[in-house]
Amino acid sequence: MGMPRLRQAYTPHPVVDRSPADLRAYIEGADPVSGRPFMQEVLEGLTAPLDAADLQGLSFERTTPRLVEPDTEDNLQRLFEQNHWTDCLPVVLPTEARVEAMLKGTSHSPDTIVGRLRPTVFRESWEFTVEKVAVNAVMAGARPEYLPVILALAASGITARSSSTTSFATITVINGPIRNEITMNSGIGAMGPYNHANATIGRAYGLLSQNLQGGSVPGDTYMGSSGNWYAYTAVLPEAEERSPWQPLHVQKGFEPVESIASVFLGGWYTHAGYGPRATWKEKMRHALAAVEQYSPPLFVMDPIVARGFVNLGFDTKEKLIAWCADNALLTAREYWDNQSIQLLRPKAVAGIEPYASRLKAHPDDAIKIYEPSDINIVVAGGETQGAWKMISGALRATVSIDAWR
Amino acid sequence: MGQQITVHDPRGYPPKVVGKRLAPRLSALDGKTIYLVDCLFDNSDVFMEQLRQWFHDRLPSVNVRTIRPQETWSDDAQMRKAIASDGDAAILGVGL
Repeated sequence: MGMPRLRQAYTPHPVVDRSPADLRAYIEGADPVSGRPFMQEVLEGLTAPLDAADLQGLSFERTTPRLVEPDTEDNLQRLFEQNHWTDCLPVVLPTEARVEAMLKGTSHSPDTIVGRLRPTVFRESWEFTVEKVAVNAVMAGARPEYLPVILALAASGITARSSSTTSFATITVINGPIRNEITMNSGIGAMGPYNHANATIGRAYGLLSQNLQGGSVPGDTYMGSSGNWYAYTAVLPEAEERSPWQPLHVQKGFEPVESIASVFLGGWYTHAGYGPRATWKEKMRHALAAVEQYSPPLFVMDPIVARGFVNLGFDTKEKLIAWCADNALLTAREYWDNQSIQLLRPKAVAGIEPYASRLKAHPDDAIKIYEPSDINIVVAGGETQGAWKMISGALRATVSIDAWR
Repeated sequence: MGQQITVHDPRGYPPKVVGKRLAPRLSALDGKTIYLVDCLFDNSDVFMEQLRQWFHDRLPSVNVRTIRPQETWSDDAQMRKAIASDGDAAILGVGL
């Protein structure tokens, strides 16, 4: 921030889940960092005179080296783990030869700036090049032909290592010709762990996020309370050839021949079901009411399920999505009591729809908790079962893979 | 001792830090208006209300107002304008 002398006062943690009396005790108590009374720190911060250093601020340059000091393979594996540069699984060490081979997967020069990432919106963004992305792709075990996909994810601006206390993960859907070119799996075991491209692209997205954004270190640049298993890797291609519906990327306005990565932020919950069976509406209503309402659903439907819905008259994804939006209901009381939904209250107060109408509703009224645009469906699976998954996932970015070939 | 190898550093590039001077301090708080900026995190409203009550109980001569951005984790220009227009200082509540 350039303000090393910014006046700060600390209370104990957490503030979450503490009573008013607890919080008043924090305020009346000592700053756990300085040991001095908290309010004395606050009042001095407001009134104590500034000195020359306060008025000057502090400017400086930082950088990271291109190469690590030479060492043995064992020592480097240990160094990468100790530096929080891995996901705590062994990595492929990014030797110069391996990175050079990886770079053959794109036409872009190694020093091309790909983008910027940060663990959360109030932190600084770090910048990175094609070469730095390739380094992380090597570490994940990816092959050069996957690099355009990995570069697209790096360019999305969405980190796969959000520091949110709620433990987000990203889920990525791949559409278009690239799926078959790199033999991704949208069939049996599409969600893993049975395909090299699916697995390593997702892992690369995680590794590049934590390393290129300036870290993902628990208690520092990562604050997710429970963590998230989806964060190891979560990438699947849509089974476009076996789906009765438009592919996701075409729904979003792209041409079928374009290769597109869609990045969803979520991974909080996973519901599952079969069918559509005779009681599918009840099942779906229960599932939709049980979601964490701040994070809308991404459906992954086996082709058997998709064809079943077509037979029921849902001949487009949009029709089924509209039904889900009409039937995702909670009482206003339950909706607004949600911790994360509280973050939307100022929008509602400001009159922004649909939040304003949700706030105006009587607490016992059932309100729709999603707009159709919040909900997405992709088709994947091996047709060994009519199974569907409902995964927490808000669409945050759709990015061109072709731009990084 | 195994064979030594050279590998790439996987980290990105941090931005340059540009120094900023702190805003002038107040000489006293009596009669001044202080905004408490509620970051909208869970329970932060309860914390800020307790802070407001502390000023009410201990320093009643200070005019304390709680204010919230329209959206969490975003720079709310309107909120900043409101604070600058009739506030003398602000306390930002940040954290978990």
